[in-house]
Amino acid sequence: MSNTETTLNKQSALNSKKKNKKNIAFWCWMFVLPNMILFILFQLWPIVSSWFYAMSNWNGLSSSIEFIGLANFKELVQDKYFWNAFKNVFIYSFGSVPFQLILGLLFAVILNNPKLKFASVYRTFIFLPVITSAAIIGIIMSFIWSSDGAVNYLLMQIGLLDTPIDFLGSMTWAMPTVIMVSIWMSTGINMIFWLAGLQGIPKELYEAAYMDGAGHIRTFFSITLPLLVPIGAVILLFNVAFSLRAFDLIKTLTDGGPFFATDVVSTYIYSAAFAGEIGQPRMGYGSAAGVFFGFTIVFLMLFIQYLRNKVKANSHV
Amino acid sequence: MNNSLSVSRFSSISRLVTHIFLIGICFIWMYPFLWMVASSFKSDAEFFENGLSIIPSSFNFSNITRAWETANFSQYFLNTLIITASVVLIVLISTSACGYALGRFSFPGKKVIYVLLVSSMFIPLEFSIIPIVALINALGLSNTMIGVILAESGGGHVMLVLMFAGFFSQIPKEMEESATMDGCGFIRTFIHVMLPLSKPIIGSTIIMQVIFTWNSFLIPLILTLSNPSIRPLSVGLYAFQGENIVDWTGIAAGATISVLPVIIIFFFLQKYFVEGISGAVKG
Repeated sequence: MSNTETTLNKQSALNSKKKNKKNIAFWCWMFVLPNMILFILFQLWPIVSSWFYAMSNWNGLSSSIEFIGLANFKELVQDKYFWNAFKNVFIYSFGSVPFQLILGLLFAVILNNPKLKFASVYRTFIFLPVITSAAIIGIIMSFIWSSDGAVNYLLMQIGLLDTPIDFLGSMTWAMPTVIMVSIWMSTGINMIFWLAGLQGIPKELYEAAYMDGAGHIRTFFSITLPLLVPIGAVILLFNVAFSLRAFDLIKTLTDGGPFFATDVVSTYIYSAAFAGEIGQPRMGYGSAAGVFFGFTIVFLMLFIQYLRNKVKANSHV
Repeated sequence: MNNSLSVSRFSSISRLVTHIFLIGICFIWMYPFLWMVASSFKSDAEFFENGLSIIPSSFNFSNITRAWETANFSQYFLNTLIITASVVLIVLISTSACGYALGRFSFPGKKVIYVLLVSSMFIPLEFSIIPIVALINALGLSNTMIGVILAESGGGHVMLVLMFAGFFSQIPKEMEESATMDGCGFIRTFIHVMLPLSKPIIGSTIIMQVIFTWNSFLIPLILTLSNPSIRPLSVGLYAFQGENIVDWTGIAAGATISVLPVIIIFFFLQKYFVEGISGAVKG
């Protein structure tokens, strides 16, 4: 900078700075605009308009929409098929989430050992179902679990079965089978989540514990597990949220059958709003189910969050 | 002496047990894929006799060509390619630009945008599917490829925006100042200086979005109900299975065509993908 600088120059520099600031604000808005348009159109507006559709008897085709107040909600809470789907999605969630969390943690702890050979190969294989389309997994698994499939063959070879079971066609077995396929599909992503948590634990802690003569199992329960609780809460939240919205796998694996034994809320909404198997498609009624269940999920998430904060507060005392 | 010998023997046994366990687990995890690929090469006679084996007796390409040519999988493949590439491009541009503005500058309205995006994180999009379909219909885009692309690009992409914002906020101020000195404007600084620096985040975004879009099912299922010619692979295979329930070699061939490209991409770029999804729980 030259030493001939004057007050006048300073003044103009200040002005241009102000102008520059306005300019930057303009460009910032231009930069957030595309993402915000996608957000408003496909996330914010659907939430608002769901309420509107939920209070109408719109069939999705006609241009006239009749406002019918809370009639859809009234019908919904009286529909035993809705409550069946509601119950099923929680059975599905509570049946699969604990197992995929525990199995994922088990694999993560084993594969986190830096001395284990081929750890990255094992990790890649266990992760493979995660990157595969759930819809296609459903189609492939409908053969693997069929009477001619590998599961029945194996069970008969080891003498557990005399005649094959039609797992997906049986009222008793369909849901457990869907849960097992879901565990198989989602363990890999939980393993990666847990590995991210394990890598955040300082190595020195283990070294100190081994020096004191603690074994592997002891260090797992007194060091690893407590330190994984915070990230574990986030992982739990993810799993519950994902399992409650399951659609792709169930649609292609069982299509909610046999006789609604695996019908969950998302497949229920799909058949009400789009398939129109029972007469006309009912977008309004489907929206009411969506709003109702969307609220259920939000409340559940808030509840888990509340528990998490409570655990956090307790651990600080 | 004796004691240390037995310890080392114990650890080598436990290592062996660990590997046997992991190999067994990996076989269970891989079997459906191996079965799928093997079945797509089997003749109908071989499938009938030996449907469960994971090594075909010969490499018979007739199922693959049948799926590709007569069952329209070439069309489905092209559709998936177009949809995925377009969605990835849209999402990459919108999230990187949004993350840059949010992560690097303070401007009026920034807080509102943050609050809106973050609070929407746990609102399930799946149960908004009806308004999304209604919106696409209202825009006159029902049963068009553009409608599918738009609906699949929709949403706030909070995770990706926060990832970009976090990255851009850590770049030293000098980078920008020297670019401004060189006469770069806002857009040119972003494109020529900032974007090249954010290659790791771009990598994670691309691979996550590719896999997500390639595998998507619900939105394309509904939006292509009355126009089969714009179906992507997942929806095409579902429809094919519905029409040819006993043609398992054909279904396996279609599934292999649908799944293999993603697996190949994943093998090469898994580092970025794993970093991306790990970031989701760490943050």
